[in-house]
Amino acid sequence: MTRRWLISVGLAAAALLTSTATLATTAQPSAADPALEARVMVVAEELRCLVCQNETIAASHADLAVDLRKQIRTKLSEGQSERQILDFMVERYGDFVLYRPRLSATTVLLWVGPFALLLVAGVVMARTIRARKKQIPAALSDAESARARQLLAKTHSDS
Amino acid sequence: MKRYLLPLAVFLVMAGFLAVGLNRDPREVPSPLVDKPAPAFNLPRLDAPEQMISTQDLRGQVWLLNVWASWCVACRQEHPLLVDLARAGTVKVYGLNYKDKREDAIGMLRKTGDPYVKSVSDTEGLVGIDYGVYGVPETFVIDKQGVIRYKQIGPITPEALRDTLLPLIKKLEAS
Repeated sequence: MTRRWLISVGLAAAALLTSTATLATTAQPSAADPALEARVMVVAEELRCLVCQNETIAASHADLAVDLRKQIRTKLSEGQSERQILDFMVERYGDFVLYRPRLSATTVLLWVGPFALLLVAGVVMARTIRARKKQIPAALSDAESARARQLLAKTHSDS
Repeated sequence: MKRYLLPLAVFLVMAGFLAVGLNRDPREVPSPLVDKPAPAFNLPRLDAPEQMISTQDLRGQVWLLNVWASWCVACRQEHPLLVDLARAGTVKVYGLNYKDKREDAIGMLRKTGDPYVKSVSDTEGLVGIDYGVYGVPETFVIDKQGVIRYKQIGPITPEALRDTLLPLIKKLEAS
């Protein structure tokens, strides 16, 4: 218990130290403006953290994600739009940084591919079904249906 | 027999894609900055913080920008290679000391050798962001016109140096 307490005191002290350190560079500390912080998170949710690639910058604790959130915060408080900030990130880290990559010559396969595949699969399925329909034999002859009825009646009485 | 041809073809194509995918390192994200002008910086020298070095000062030569830090374990792996490179005088290597403490950085260079013509301090990591740095070490090859021609992600290996970096540097020097 005491150890945990010590750790949390240590963390609090560290947080205090870093927050006073960042005061100098960012316009406002993160907690001071909840509205701004919410907007930072909206933008950060769109961005992939390149250090831990399956996390957003909003969720990641990596150093780089912290720095990039700081960048987003600064840029938003400078009045930049979400679009401008995303452009800034793409210029530096490439399309991969976006969780929803933009439609471009290199990403067109990514966006259209699944639908094209679905279309191909649909066509193949339709053709197969049509071909199978043709294979269905003509209706039974009188003798055959009589026999079928007989067999059905027999299985019914058996059960 | 013929009805198996299409599934077989589909399987082979998929296997091909997967084989290529498996052999690629997902941590290596191609940089959009290759073949673009190197982002400008004006940063204090590590050894003499009152003096600044800017990208403008480095024009007209082929140079490497090696992003490093004393806290970076993988940097130690490539460090001897850089020292050798500097000793041979093949190419000028400039260091971007990324998010590091000055004393630690200088201490490390004193201990393991200093391969850099000069190192500059990017204490806040802002220049690192401009260069799209996401994992240290990274190395950029920059040509005489100040254009980034190649980015090495992760430590420089002897193979990468021999097969990619040195031939490229030679080509750029000649042009």
